[in-house]
Amino acid sequence: MTHQNRRQFLASAAGLTIAVALPMKGRAQSGAANAFAADGSGSFAPNAFIRVAADDTVTVMIKHIEIGQGAYTGLATLVAEDLDADWAQMRAEAAPLDNEKYKNLFFGLQGTGGSTGLANSYTQMRKAGAAARAMLVQAAAAEWGVDASEITVTKGVITHGDKTSTFGPMAAKAAEMTPPEDPPLKPASEFVYIGTDLPRLDSPSKSNGSAMFTMDIDIDGMETVVVAHPPMLGGTVASYDDTDAVAVPGVTAVRQIPQGVAVYATSTAAAIKGRSMLSVEWDTSAAETRSSAQMMDDFAAMVGSDTAKTAESAGDVATALENAAQTVEMEFRFPYLAHAPLEPLDAVVEVKDGSATAWGGWQFPGFDNQSVAGALGMDPANVAMVTMLAGGSFGRRAQPSAHIGAEIGAIAAAAGRDGAWKLVWTREDDLHGGYYRPMTVHHLRGGLDADGNITAWHNTVVNQSIMAGTPMEAMMQDGLDPTSYEGATKMPYDLTDMQVDWIRAESPVSVLWWRSVGHTHTAYATEVFLDHLLELGGKDPVQGRLDLLRPDMTRDRVVLERVAEMAGWDGQKVKNGKGYGVALHESFSTYTAQIVEVEDKDGFPKVTNVWCAVDCGVAVTPNVIRAQIEGGIGFGLSSILHDELSLAEGGMVEQSNFDTYRVLRINEMPNVMVDIIASEVDPTGVGEPGTPPIGPALANAWRALKGENVTTLPFSKSVGA
Amino acid sequence: MTTFTVNGEERTVDVPGDTPLLWVLRDELKLTGTKFGCGVAQCGACTVMLDGTTRRSCVTPVSTLEGANITTIEGLDTPEAEAVQAAWAKLDVPQCGWCQSGQVVSASALLYEIPNPTDEDIDNAMAGNICRCATYVRIRQGIKDAAKALET
Repeated sequence: MTHQNRRQFLASAAGLTIAVALPMKGRAQSGAANAFAADGSGSFAPNAFIRVAADDTVTVMIKHIEIGQGAYTGLATLVAEDLDADWAQMRAEAAPLDNEKYKNLFFGLQGTGGSTGLANSYTQMRKAGAAARAMLVQAAAAEWGVDASEITVTKGVITHGDKTSTFGPMAAKAAEMTPPEDPPLKPASEFVYIGTDLPRLDSPSKSNGSAMFTMDIDIDGMETVVVAHPPMLGGTVASYDDTDAVAVPGVTAVRQIPQGVAVYATSTAAAIKGRSMLSVEWDTSAAETRSSAQMMDDFAAMVGSDTAKTAESAGDVATALENAAQTVEMEFRFPYLAHAPLEPLDAVVEVKDGSATAWGGWQFPGFDNQSVAGALGMDPANVAMVTMLAGGSFGRRAQPSAHIGAEIGAIAAAAGRDGAWKLVWTREDDLHGGYYRPMTVHHLRGGLDADGNITAWHNTVVNQSIMAGTPMEAMMQDGLDPTSYEGATKMPYDLTDMQVDWIRAESPVSVLWWRSVGHTHTAYATEVFLDHLLELGGKDPVQGRLDLLRPDMTRDRVVLERVAEMAGWDGQKVKNGKGYGVALHESFSTYTAQIVEVEDKDGFPKVTNVWCAVDCGVAVTPNVIRAQIEGGIGFGLSSILHDELSLAEGGMVEQSNFDTYRVLRINEMPNVMVDIIASEVDPTGVGEPGTPPIGPALANAWRALKGENVTTLPFSKSVGA
Repeated sequence: MTTFTVNGEERTVDVPGDTPLLWVLRDELKLTGTKFGCGVAQCGACTVMLDGTTRRSCVTPVSTLEGANITTIEGLDTPEAEAVQAAWAKLDVPQCGWCQSGQVVSASALLYEIPNPTDEDIDNAMAGNICRCATYVRIRQGIKDAAKALET
């Protein structure tokens, strides 16, 4: 913005409405944040979410990071609905850090995760829009000398008789009005935007290269830094020799930091080359040195150990197993997985006169603020956090440890001067850097009676805890980490004698939530085992599940019936050489059922079609919901078919880049048909729930076709090898 | 010193000859629409047009580019590119967006070579471009819609 504009802004700083024209960089990242102080002093009660400019643009300050899931568009839709704005005037901008004003109402602090973004904002954003609308109406009433109750607002136009105005001209006046305490919301019958397909605000800038991400930031005099991280998880620097590294043109310094050895350079290429010339000796005394194959065997051997904690039980599973006519055991093995967001982890910090600004894909900006400030020895209040568009996350940027904040802070601290630095992780850093989806063993035992009914269900889950040792540990009760086994518990089926145990494994390898967290493995283990038991009992996969659903599980029932309808399910699991399989799984309070059609292509599965029915309550942005389900299916399919992060004996990670960490490509992407169940229940999230059912639906289809259960993942390890 | 044309403009850079074009574009020329995803020509996020064909800029040393003609996402203005970008916005193809510059460059090049690509043509041309958000269903549809729009 120009200096002239800034003065105009300051002159009207008390206003809801800011009388400045904002630079038009696009509909996402409109630049509005630059016009408002980070502490929110330029904003006006009743909300910190809306900025109406003289040029009629309405900018929504988005409290959630946009990682592709559609937060900008979704939250702007909610505001536009109860503001009665025109969609064309809506803009979105990342909100600054404020753990109170911008808190996730489900978390109690600012943060994005658990598919809660739209859900926790639903009423809050609509109220924000309604309040702004009421104030604009009051302003028009005062301006025109008419009764506010006779004023209407439609698509950004305020009308009374023959008087009309857009929002911009009323902005300054609206700022003087008293915000309503509890503005009424529209009834669903009057929705204009909710439930319609609006164009995403960020599609144009993400199609022409103009969208700005952390790695795209350029500051005068900024240096790029890459860090030599330990090649084994839990390793540390013993000693290093930087003679050859500092000789690389463009390399300006090499410093040891807690995370490794940092190479500072005037360009990214020089930093990467400099790092390759470093010689580092690593202290591996605290590192994981087992191979992941050994670890998996160790985990499996823990089944039955007395360290098991019971996460859920009903009836008497031991007796039920004893009394069963037939018992079945199955062990599932799930590897570590990397998230591999396509924008590798990165961050920028500028230090100046005792304060700092940090740019990044901050998913819990408060944690990152603490870690940047801690590394710099600054008061967190003196470190401004700017949340950028991020090139994917899938959980990777939601770090309770805030390790990227700590690393960029350490880089600036080790430089020991004012300046600006950009930290870039390479793909190798990403794949070798830990924070994986936990490697997991499920050991299942089931019992059937003489009629083929399931009479016993016992599941033991072995894996590391995600929350232990982080600020999230406070959420653990009785030593149980629900993110380790969620989805194995609270199954929708009527299993009267059942038990779920969890055994906590330990390793220096760091673990983290990965799109749909525990459900990534629990949906697979439970829905494949269940399908196998139904088959042994002579039941149809769809009808068998419907018969087994508890009577109150109506939303599960509806999505299962719908997906069967969509796919034309007729009980035939193999048709024309293609296998069909089904899976049903609720996660994050969203209900999803999928049917997969698979072919055997040279001994390996080729998924041709996927049908998915989803119930996520009110479908605010149906097109974004469909996109998230499509993407969630592709992301899940990638891991089920190919992905594995493995450690060789000695602890070295075996995959370094996409040549060995093989992710799904377009030629493997099936057609995806999505149907959203109409609902008036408050919305729930869709970022994750599309992912869990694809694996078990595929495995069940593959068993139908080939007669084999795939219990060690990924498929590439078990099938056609 | 290497001199080449980028988006119609002659540029001279003074960097070591083994510097990948990707970092010349991003760090020296401040053209940040071209993205870094792998550094080893596996993901396609860095795809640019080089003398009329797609090229992974992350493995293209600048020393090989004397006199070359390069077009990045910022300068891509062919009818194919415009049709692809319009289809991308219409279908809301992008999610996180990081791979999409490369997807748009590859898709535009495909449509220049094959105006009406089959699914197999699309697979062959686009399999080098990873999308971790798995927007593949819409990439496929976007290419088909763009092809249709170019016919008229």
